[in-house]
Amino acid sequence: MVAPLKQLSLRPDRLTSGHRACAGCGFPIALKMVLMSTEDPVVVANATGCAEVCTSIFPYTAWDVPWIHSAFENAAATISGVEAAYQSLKRQGKIASDKTIRFVAFGGDGGTYDIGFQSLSGAMERGHNMLYVCYDNGAYMNTGIQRSSATPYGASTSTSPAGKVRQGKVQYRKDLAAIMAAHNIPYVAQASIHNHRDLMNKAQKGLETDGPAFLNVLAPCRLGWGFDPKNILDICKLAVDSTFWTLFEVEDGKWKLSYKPRNKVQVTEFLKTQSRFKHLFKKGNEELLEQIQADIDAKWEELLERCGANA
Amino acid sequence: MSAGEKVITNPVKANAGWKELPIGGIIPQGGTARGFFTGGWRSLTPVWDAEKCISCLQCWIFCPDMAIQVEGGKMVGIDLDYCKGCGICAAACPPRTAAIKMVNEGA
Repeated sequence: MVAPLKQLSLRPDRLTSGHRACAGCGFPIALKMVLMSTEDPVVVANATGCAEVCTSIFPYTAWDVPWIHSAFENAAATISGVEAAYQSLKRQGKIASDKTIRFVAFGGDGGTYDIGFQSLSGAMERGHNMLYVCYDNGAYMNTGIQRSSATPYGASTSTSPAGKVRQGKVQYRKDLAAIMAAHNIPYVAQASIHNHRDLMNKAQKGLETDGPAFLNVLAPCRLGWGFDPKNILDICKLAVDSTFWTLFEVEDGKWKLSYKPRNKVQVTEFLKTQSRFKHLFKKGNEELLEQIQADIDAKWEELLERCGANA
Repeated sequence: MSAGEKVITNPVKANAGWKELPIGGIIPQGGTARGFFTGGWRSLTPVWDAEKCISCLQCWIFCPDMAIQVEGGKMVGIDLDYCKGCGICAAACPPRTAAIKMVNEGA
């Protein structure tokens, strides 16, 4: 369990002020929480994306930890190389055997679900001692809100615009956490920024896991989703209470639900908070809303079944 | 402290010529973004009431800009050199405490 907030506040910021993410952006919240969840030294690799661009505009860096960016598709490959070098230096006695360094890769959904998918899959399969954190904002926000395989059904993006013919994206989002669990790695989890304890506990578990770990974090984009930034925490809560986004862990193959809403709210409560879904509420689209609800209900039942007694 | 009083060193000089730049575009020191003040982006300003504040640190944990100042586990203020005015701190503040209010600076 991660320390209480008062104790955490005594730790130095590992992601500092002065980065150039939009006011009220979701990813800095996710990243700072992950970095705060350990006191061990951390090395970070970053995939191309909002987090990389906004935090490292030369000659400024908002990272107070060693940080590497190489390309869009290879954050997992980069950090696995660093981790392999560390293991080698330890074997050679060039790094003290009692010293522990943690290795983290951060990527957005574009750099994780799509472009970085092969290098992530490879790093997980090779069994590197690392944590990969995906901050999922459901599109390529940095380049102008293009749809990704994490974009939910019906969302209007610049490459899946809502118009006369189509009502936003026509495909459902990829279930990346389940795909990672299918790699049979020791730890996979899903979290959301509004629940800081749950997120930080999962990050700490992932970092301390012996072997590869994957954490998928819901990190809303105020620009791409279209909402007033002060509502970000409420929107995350609605995402989780409607089971649009689910919180769970998979430890050594065992699925465990982290949060079950007492009263599951209708997904429309979540959808109507964001302008990327506003076309769905036009007359004639009632069927689409029913379809989205049915899909979410079916996936929730599937998750409950996977978790079994741990639900 | 205002932007004028902060001294944030950056080993890479502003307007450095190519011969002076670190090889490979390396930034040789961490946290130099503290020298870039984002407070000018703000249109709404958080106003903090120290008497109402219970130092629950909900604003601190959720602030995307690390602009909530905490010393010894107690909230002591908001760094307006970096605060972009998103209003998450005011939203995260427990409703019964309501120690942070967002005020329109232009008005």
